[in-house]
Amino acid sequence: MGFGILMDRADDAWRGTSPGREAWRRLRRDRFAMASLVFLALFALLALCAPLLPLPSPMALDLALEPRAPTPPWESFLERGFQREQFWSLGALDRGLLALRERLFGDRQTAHWFGTDAKGRDLLARIVWGSRISFEAALAAGLVSLFVGVTYGAIAGYAGGRIDNAMMRLVDALYSIPFIFLVIFLVTVVNEYRGELGRLGIERLHVFFVVIGLVWWLTMARIVRAQVRALKEADFVQAARVSGASHARILFAHLVPNVFPMVIVYLTLTIPSVMLFEAFLSFLGLGVEPPQVSWGLIALDSSEAIGVLHTSWWLVFFPSASIGATLFALNVLGDGLRDALDPRRRG
Amino acid sequence: MRRFLLRRLAWFALTLWAVVTVSFVLMRSVRGGPFSAERSLPMEVEASLRARYHLDWPLWKQYLAYLGPLELGPRAPTFLGGDGSDPFGGVLAGDLGPSYKYRDFTVNDVLAQSLPISLALGSVSLFFAVGLGVASGIVSALRRGGFLDFALRLLATLGIALPNFVVASLAILLFAITFPVFPVAGWGSLRHLVLPGLALGAPFAAYVSRLTRTGLVEVLSQDYVRTAVAKGLPPWLVLWRHALPAGCLPVLTYLGPATAGILTGSLVIERIFAIPGTGSHFVNSALNRDYTLCMGVTILYTVLVYALNTLVDLVSTWLDPRLSLEEA
Repeated sequence: MGFGILMDRADDAWRGTSPGREAWRRLRRDRFAMASLVFLALFALLALCAPLLPLPSPMALDLALEPRAPTPPWESFLERGFQREQFWSLGALDRGLLALRERLFGDRQTAHWFGTDAKGRDLLARIVWGSRISFEAALAAGLVSLFVGVTYGAIAGYAGGRIDNAMMRLVDALYSIPFIFLVIFLVTVVNEYRGELGRLGIERLHVFFVVIGLVWWLTMARIVRAQVRALKEADFVQAARVSGASHARILFAHLVPNVFPMVIVYLTLTIPSVMLFEAFLSFLGLGVEPPQVSWGLIALDSSEAIGVLHTSWWLVFFPSASIGATLFALNVLGDGLRDALDPRRRG
Repeated sequence: MRRFLLRRLAWFALTLWAVVTVSFVLMRSVRGGPFSAERSLPMEVEASLRARYHLDWPLWKQYLAYLGPLELGPRAPTFLGGDGSDPFGGVLAGDLGPSYKYRDFTVNDVLAQSLPISLALGSVSLFFAVGLGVASGIVSALRRGGFLDFALRLLATLGIALPNFVVASLAILLFAITFPVFPVAGWGSLRHLVLPGLALGAPFAAYVSRLTRTGLVEVLSQDYVRTAVAKGLPPWLVLWRHALPAGCLPVLTYLGPATAGILTGSLVIERIFAIPGTGSHFVNSALNRDYTLCMGVTILYTVLVYALNTLVDLVSTWLDPRLSLEEA
């Protein structure tokens, strides 16, 4: 982690542990946070490699149209019947991975370890493929909010005075708008242009990622501004100013790297809320469209099915458990990071 | 105080204007207008519908008519060329226009019918959130470091992490199907309110619990609490009279965002439990492209959230003399 040029030099001279390494050491002692980190890394890897794994197709329907109870892996591990055609249009990379999978496993696929949903689709495959959308949404929205929020907050905090006041008043005003309603409204309008956007290669999902990011930068801007304000009279900034660095250089080479720990903490707390929001919109029928699958859609399917099919507990249990575990791990990791990076807890 | 309210009002007007304008632009940027989807409509019918909803007017006139407060149609004031029978209209006059889908109703009618339902659900879940949250926060703070504290904090993190529709599904599975204590869905009696209220309030209860715990832990180590204990007050009185009011201030400030979150969350919860509130109307209107209803709900919720935030700011400065309204 960069901590500004001057501090790096000071570190070199003194050969102490850098704040970043110090924080990492503290984080490693936090058993819950490390468990969460490992869990999330494994899950992300699973999501990334989904086409390579011998999972059934997440959209292959069973003609019985009836949920089947889970078959534990120790009873039946693999079975035959995988067909490559049963997918929505995938990207080139995923198609390649899928071809590789066929080389490796042939038409073998896992038995229904998590059971099947009300339409006979394999629940495990749907959860793994659905997690890809959630991770994508989190990543995209996180990046947009990072870019907009950090820039906005840093400029407001550095400029100070009237500019700062005006910029922060705008953030206050935006805070009081119930954005979710406007976003839903916007998504409906974008829906009308689905055909045109599709021809340009833009899916509704992409628009939606950008919109989420544009909404989620407000808190980030506030945090960064407060930190920059606190730091902008610090000695190393004065030194940079005296040695003739431009405002842009002071801001982005000296101040922003120093507020990064806080930014990372806030990002780990933003990501779960973005995932939640994606699931929320898909749940309402305004996010990802079938036959693609996301966690919100799975939750919607299961909550609709459970009212009719009272005994199919796995329909609710497995999706809830995976959504819950992921978001829980993200929250725990965020808390752990905050504790590890908080300079007041140094010791 | 007056200056604070005036400034809030000015920002409120600006915010509302921005929301109205943005949603108006969004609505009108839809190709072909709201009736284009109904392909079965004959040309004449569509033309008469367009005339009825004034879609044949130039855009600036539609915008002014929507914004209000003066009516621009045939019932406009006489100096605008109307007969003066109903001179006011538009958002500023509290008139959100006709609904595109429920053709015999205005948006105001739909909201008047559904808002009380949503407010009832919202108050129940707010009650759950504050009641359960503060209670578990107190227990946690008093048993700090103990097993109960650990369990409650774990539960709180879980509550924050789980989406409300997951909580709702689990609650239905547990309390409506496995142990049929409450109805699966529907609306009508108090028992219908329990599960949705609980599912909607759960994440906020978890957050309130955290805030209460942190606040209380800090307050309990203060000198004045030690003095109160030292002069022999019974522990519950110390807690009730001295520690809680100060320890719960963060909870109070959180009530503004919590209410906004509960309003939003009710979109999903109302859908799961088939409750005919404003939230389900909003989602249906978005899916049916009933733009005026969509805009109406957005505007209504903007007003609600703004008013609540202002109220919370006022109350918390009244309770905590260290805060000043000038900075709020």
